[in-house]
This record gives sequence, C-alpha cells and structure tokens, in this order.
Amino acid sequence: MSLALEAGCEARPVLRERGQREVFCGLTGIVWMHRKIRDAFFLVVGSRTCAHLLQSAAGVMIFAEPRFATAILEERDLAGLADAQEELDRTVARLLERRPDIRLLFLVGSCPSEVIKLDLAKAAQRLNARFAGVRVLNYSGSGIETTFTQGEDACLAALAPELPGSDAPQLLIVGALAEVVEDQWRRLFAAMGVHRLAFLPARRAGEMPAIGAGTRFLLAQPFLAETARLLESRGARHIPALFPLGAEGSTEFLRAGAQAMGVGEARFREATALAEARAKAALAGPRARLEGRRVFFFPDSQLEVPMARFLARECGMEPVEIGTPYLHRAHLARELPLLPASALLSEGQDVERQLDRCLAARPDLVVCGLGLANPLERQGITTKWSIELVFTPVQGHDQAADLAGLYARPFARREMLRV
Amino acid sequence: MQLTLWTYEGPPHVGAMRVATGMEGLHYVLHAPQGDTYADLLFTMIERRDRRPPVTYTTFQARDLGGDTAALFTRALRDAAERFRPEAVIVGASCTAELIQDDPGGLAESAGLDIPVVPLDLPSYSKKENWGAAETFYQLLRRFAAKGAARPATCNILGPTALGFRHRDDVTEIAGLLSRLGVTVNLVAPMGARPADLARIGDAAFNVVLYPEIAGQAAAFLQRRLGQPFTRSIPIGVGGTRDFIAEVAALAGVDATPLLAEEASRLPWYSRSVDSTYLTGKRVFVFGDATHAVAAARVARDEMGFEVVGLGSYSREQAREVREAARALGLEALITDDYLAVEQAIAEAQPELVLGTQMERHTAKRLGIPCAVISAPVHVQDFPARYSPQMGFEGANVLFDAWVHPLMMGLEEHLIGMFREDGEFTDTAPSHLGHAAAPAPVSAPAPAPAPAHAPLALAWAAEAEAELRKIPFFVRGKARRNTESFARARGLSTITVETLYDAKAHFSR
Repeated sequence: MSLALEAGCEARPVLRERGQREVFCGLTGIVWMHRKIRDAFFLVVGSRTCAHLLQSAAGVMIFAEPRFATAILEERDLAGLADAQEELDRTVARLLERRPDIRLLFLVGSCPSEVIKLDLAKAAQRLNARFAGVRVLNYSGSGIETTFTQGEDACLAALAPELPGSDAPQLLIVGALAEVVEDQWRRLFAAMGVHRLAFLPARRAGEMPAIGAGTRFLLAQPFLAETARLLESRGARHIPALFPLGAEGSTEFLRAGAQAMGVGEARFREATALAEARAKAALAGPRARLEGRRVFFFPDSQLEVPMARFLARECGMEPVEIGTPYLHRAHLARELPLLPASALLSEGQDVERQLDRCLAARPDLVVCGLGLANPLERQGITTKWSIELVFTPVQGHDQAADLAGLYARPFARREMLRV
Repeated sequence: MQLTLWTYEGPPHVGAMRVATGMEGLHYVLHAPQGDTYADLLFTMIERRDRRPPVTYTTFQARDLGGDTAALFTRALRDAAERFRPEAVIVGASCTAELIQDDPGGLAESAGLDIPVVPLDLPSYSKKENWGAAETFYQLLRRFAAKGAARPATCNILGPTALGFRHRDDVTEIAGLLSRLGVTVNLVAPMGARPADLARIGDAAFNVVLYPEIAGQAAAFLQRRLGQPFTRSIPIGVGGTRDFIAEVAALAGVDATPLLAEEASRLPWYSRSVDSTYLTGKRVFVFGDATHAVAAARVARDEMGFEVVGLGSYSREQAREVREAARALGLEALITDDYLAVEQAIAEAQPELVLGTQMERHTAKRLGIPCAVISAPVHVQDFPARYSPQMGFEGANVLFDAWVHPLMMGLEEHLIGMFREDGEFTDTAPSHLGHAAAPAPVSAPAPAPAPAHAPLALAWAAEAEAELRKIPFFVRGKARRNTESFARARGLSTITVETLYDAKAHFSR
C-alpha cells in the first residue's frame, strides 16, 4: 500500500475509526474485472468462504459460465506447503484444459493463502514456464489487505510491470470503465486531434497498452493508489484532475487530459461543449428530486468523496457524513477542497458507532452496502445500495444524469408506492 | 485443493449464522477477517430480512496480525454483549481465524460475561454449511436442553433455520397438519426460538425432524438425553406426507384415520387426469441435499410417473440414505460436491427434466434442458412472497405446478413432432414460456463435456442425421446415444437411416 503520498494535503479534519468494518474484500473486484478483460481468468486460492463470497456477491445472478473459480484449500494443503504448490499446478492444468480460450490467468491470493504464506508469485512464475500461450500473474484480493475496489487496484498493479515499454507520447486512462464510456471518450479525444489514447485495462490480454516516459495518465477511478505508483515507477506521469463524475468532473478530467496532450482551450471547448451542455440540461430532472436532501455515505469503494462532491455541487444535496474505507489525499487533492465544510469526513469504520451517528442524523438518503440497506429501509430511512455505483456506467458527461438518477430513484419509488 | 466453479454449501460458520439468525435473543461473535461480513447480505438481500443478522465480526486486517488479535476478539465480544444484551452468545472462528488459533472459546470463558457463552468448534477446511448448522444447534441443545414434563401428544418441530429453502412455509404447513391431528407443538427450533425456550424442549413427548441435515444430530442427542423419539419420514409429496402422518400418529397416540381418508392434495387428481399422460416416462435427473433429492425422486416416479435416470446429492453426511434410494431405483447414486461432476453426469444421462439446485439451473441452461429447483442452494427468487411450501399436501400442489411448468405442453409437443418446419414454433423452447422462436442456432451449443465416446469413430450418414432431427428435441439426445451404442455393439462404422430405426426397434423391446 502506498504510504508515501500523504504529503501536500489540505488540513481538513478526518474522523478515523477502527472497529467492525462492514465492507467487501478485494476478491469482489473479480466480479467486474472478469467481464472487462474478455480472455482473462481469475483463480482464487482460498477457502470455501472465498468461493461462497464470489458466488453470493455476484455469481448466482450470472447464468453464463463465469471466468472465475476458487481453488479451495483443504486440510491436507494446510499440512505441508510443498504439497500445496503441486496441488495448484494440478488445479491450473485442469482449468486450462476446460478453458483453452484463456490467455491471462490471475492467481488471486486470499486471507487464508496470505496467512499461511503460500507463495503465489513463485507459483505464477513456474506456471508461466509450463503453459505456453497463457500469461500467469498474481495479486492479493484478501480482506486483510484490500477493501472492495482495492482488488481492482491490486489486479492492475500486477499488470503494470508486465506492460510493454514505449516512450512514445500517449494519453492513458487508467481504471476499468464501461465500454460505452471508453468509446465516448475515444470520440471526444479524436475530435480534439488526440489519437494516441489508450485504456488500462484493455479489453483483451494481448491488447494491453505499452507505457514509458511519454505516457501521461489520468486516473478514472479514485482507488488506484498502487497502480499509479507502479506506472510512475515506469516513467509515466500522473495528471491530477477531478474524477469524471458529473458534468463538472467530466469536463475537468477531459480538460486535464487534453492539456497534457497539448490541445488548446478553444479546440477543447469545441469538442466538449455540446456534451457538457447536454449533461447539465439532463441533470435538471434528477436534481429536482435531490436538491436540499441530506445524504450520508457509509464507506465502501473510495468513490464516496467524488460522489459527494458531485451530489453537493451539481445536485444541491447536503452531505452529512462522507465515509470512505481509505482516504488517498494526493489523488483526492482536487476533490477535497470542493466538499462543503459542514460535511464530516470519516476514514475506516466502527459500524455500530457509525449507525448510531446515522440514526441520530436522520439523513434523507443513506448510501450503504446490501448488508445494511434493507434493515435501514425497515426503519424508514431511504437508502441507495452502493455496489451498483461500481457496476453501472456513471463516468463522463453522457452518464451524469444516469448517475444522479441512481440517487433519485429511491425517492421516486417512495413517492410512487401506496402500500 | 479442489477446483470449484460453484459451491453447493458455504463454510460451516455460515451454518452457525443461519441458526443464530433464525433464533431470537442469541448473538454470534465471529472472529473473521475484514470482508467476511458479505454473509450479512445472504440474509438481508436473498432472504430479504429487515434486520441485521445478530452477528458481530472482529474484521481483523493485516496490520492487526502483528498485534494482539486475541484482545481484539475479547473487545468485540464485550462490546457486543453490552450493546445487544443477548440472552446467550455463541463464539467461533471463520476459516482464516482458524489458522491464527486465537481460541475464541477460551477467550470468551475468561471474559467473564454474565450470560451463557457457547463455544463452537467448526473445522472450516473439512466441514461445510449444513454441518455447521447441525453442530451449532446440537451444541446449543447440549447446553440448554433440560428434562421436562414430556406431555403426551406434544412435539417439537426441529430443523428450520434462516436462509432455509421454503422453511418458512413448510413450518406453517406442518404445524397445520399436526394441529388437525390433535398434536400440540411445544416449540419450533431453531427458527423463532430463544435460548431460554430451548430449556423447555423436554416438555414434548417427541420430535418432528423436518430437515435431518440440520436437526438430525440434535434429535439423536435428545433421544439419548431426554428419551424423546423422533420422526424419520419426510413429509414431501403425497406419499411422504401420508407416511409422516401415520408415523406422527403412532408417536402421539392419536387416530390418523380421518386425516388419511381425505384427498387433501390436488396432486393425485392432476397427475391422473389425461392432460398428464404425456408426462409418463419423462426422463428426470435429480440432485440436491439428501432430504430433498430422495423425496423428489420418490415423487417423480410414484406421483408424477417420470423415469428417474439420475439421483445424487452433495450431502456426504447423508450419503447412505441417498445410495439406498438410488439402488431402489436401479441407479448408482452420485455423491459429490463437484459441480463439474454433476454437469457431466447430467450430460451423459440426457434427461428431459432436471430437478436440482440453483447450480443445476446453470448446467441445464447450458445443455438446453428444462429445470426446476427443489433444494438449496437457491437465490432470491426461491424466497417467494407467496405461500409456497414443499412439504405437506399444499407442498405437493406446489411441486406439481413447479415441475410441470418448464416442460413443453402436450399439444405443442405433438405438433412439433409432426410438423418440423414451422418458423414460429421451433423446438428450442416451449412457447408458453414466452420466448420468441430462436433463429436457427448460430453458434454451436456450449461445449458440453463429451459423453464418453468409444475410440471407434462413428459416422452419421447425411440422411440419418436428417432423420434424427425429426425426433422431438427432448428425446433426441437419448436417441442419438442409443443409436450409437447400438451401432458400436454391432461393429458398424456408419449409421444409416436403417440403423436408426433398427436401434429404435431394439430399444423399444
């Protein structure tokens, strides 16, 4: 984890809490990453709990065969570690036999495999030599090390050292995005004359971008601390910007990218003015439902800070508490000054105390995980379950109203129901 | 290491959660890493509970491992006892906490709480969810069960938990049956019971065990400790329910004749009516937990007139019962928790209907076979709002509707067999399920695991292949397999139209 980037922050007070954390572990990132990279497979090395998590959090809803699985550790694997490496080879061989279309295999560490210190890096190295045509990498999505979206960070960080090298100038957008968003941005940048645009991750293992000293990168997601660090260690430079949520965030995000690629303001405005105007007009509808309402964020994805900024500035909401599992001040440097001073910023969690604060504040909307949402609804509190914000195309101008709509829909529903 | 695409059961601590969440006034303090709180959403989302499960997790992180995770546990335990004021606490470890060996039981002992603490020892790397539920319930009874009045014609209903497949409505249905028999229900447990209630479990003369996977161990213990006999029949299907009624009547000393004389379920008439004739001999593959799978196989054969071509279960603890039931059907039971092995067995048996779990829906979809869910694991749609028991007479009505629904209806089945070139009614899906006729399959069907082909290469002549396609889709797989084994047995290398009909005549003898 990146510890070095805490400097240069503004002096906003942060409530830091430790106690029970009601969050997902990083394994959950597999749920969207396996769809994003179409020829990748994610093999978790863990326990039955890990397998059960993946299938409960996502799998049972997916009726197509997923590109993830769990190698479940059994008692005899715990007895001797040398044996576990052999077992892993056997399991991977069985898997690749079933799925010969796989080009990239991630061995994903879990709490059990980290605690017994099963060396997955060594295993990946050995398997790379054994299976031609399949790249084998490893990262940890364990709950003891990662929270929810940090699983994506760990996955991309595993890819970063593997990317081919090239010092040619290019703009790189980092973070898994919906395909529709990528396509929109390709068009916008093409209109500005920027054609050397790449995305990490790419949609296929063989199409991952090359990086080097000419690469300037934008972070499309706020949870990519380790990935950013490793990209910088390869000579790429980070472009600070707001995250591309809402009209304001999207414009600043795209402008920062355009400027880094030497696009003049006039050309930038010409290419983006229409999309920005469309976003602002479309926001009027959901804004009418959200304006003046008080919102409380439980920690979940690290998206909470830019989301709160968007809801406050473009939808007229009042954030009461903005909880985040991890606060990366450097990457949020543009966001934090835009938050209303009245909002409490909290990092970490003691879920019982946080629930006490939430119930005392009686917010109009609570953004929280599925373990809390129905119990809060039963108490008369309107909720927006937060995981959906990660699974839905919300970045960019043309998704700004959709994003606001996700927060407005629970209110609309409350108004409609007569039961 | 076991390669797992889907897992039939969660880890054993999820079983313990199901017991704790089903009960009232009991809290569970679980030593577990950050992230294991995912289990909460099983209850809040899949079962749609409106309260958080009564579980406090220590949610330790990597930085805690260097420090005192034992102190973390003790703090979480004290905080939970103070905040929630439960009557009793159960304590245990999840799989990762099991590795760091903090001994929650010992720590809880020395924490000096003024309420009973029941330690759980659930080996995560060898046992699973149902075992965890059974062990938890058993440990609670060991602690709390006491001798009682053993009032005649009074029973306990044992086994229903949170997140149980149709447990909510099964309890209602069975309680109704018992009441019509004149049998009083003393206690339902774990669901709805408080720890204090468990102390009066001895006031009943006998126990009704609805789900042996969960309550079998507890019932055997109560028989030893309190002398309470317990029921063995599972009241699923009309026959099962009637056996159950007779067994209860014998244990309670009441007269079951009036209740048994009623035709209380519509299944028998629905199944005898001529519209059901086409169900005769439909080939069905059954898989689930042992209790539901064995009961479903009986209903399928005796009450629906299906041919059971495969029977299996993931419940290793009840493997013996499943093997016996399979033998009675002339089958070899499939005892496995390997999703891929079940998939392969289904592909080889070529059934026309699969009765299974949520996982078999994946397989059946992949193989293009109709499917109904008869057992956990299930997803949110199998926690329905409407009354839908599996047990008792109303349960039998539910089974009839649920199992027939995915099959193509009789008239359509006939017409598709006669006229095969209709652009609208094709043989890819029954029209009553509302799917438009799929255009001729573009891509090859997902590669099913190859049925064990003999090395001898068999070629289908073009006309024979065309003739095969005239056979209705749901028996085509079986016809292909039979023809090929017929040809192989006779050393033929090419299958002609004549071979196809020779094989048909051979197998219809």
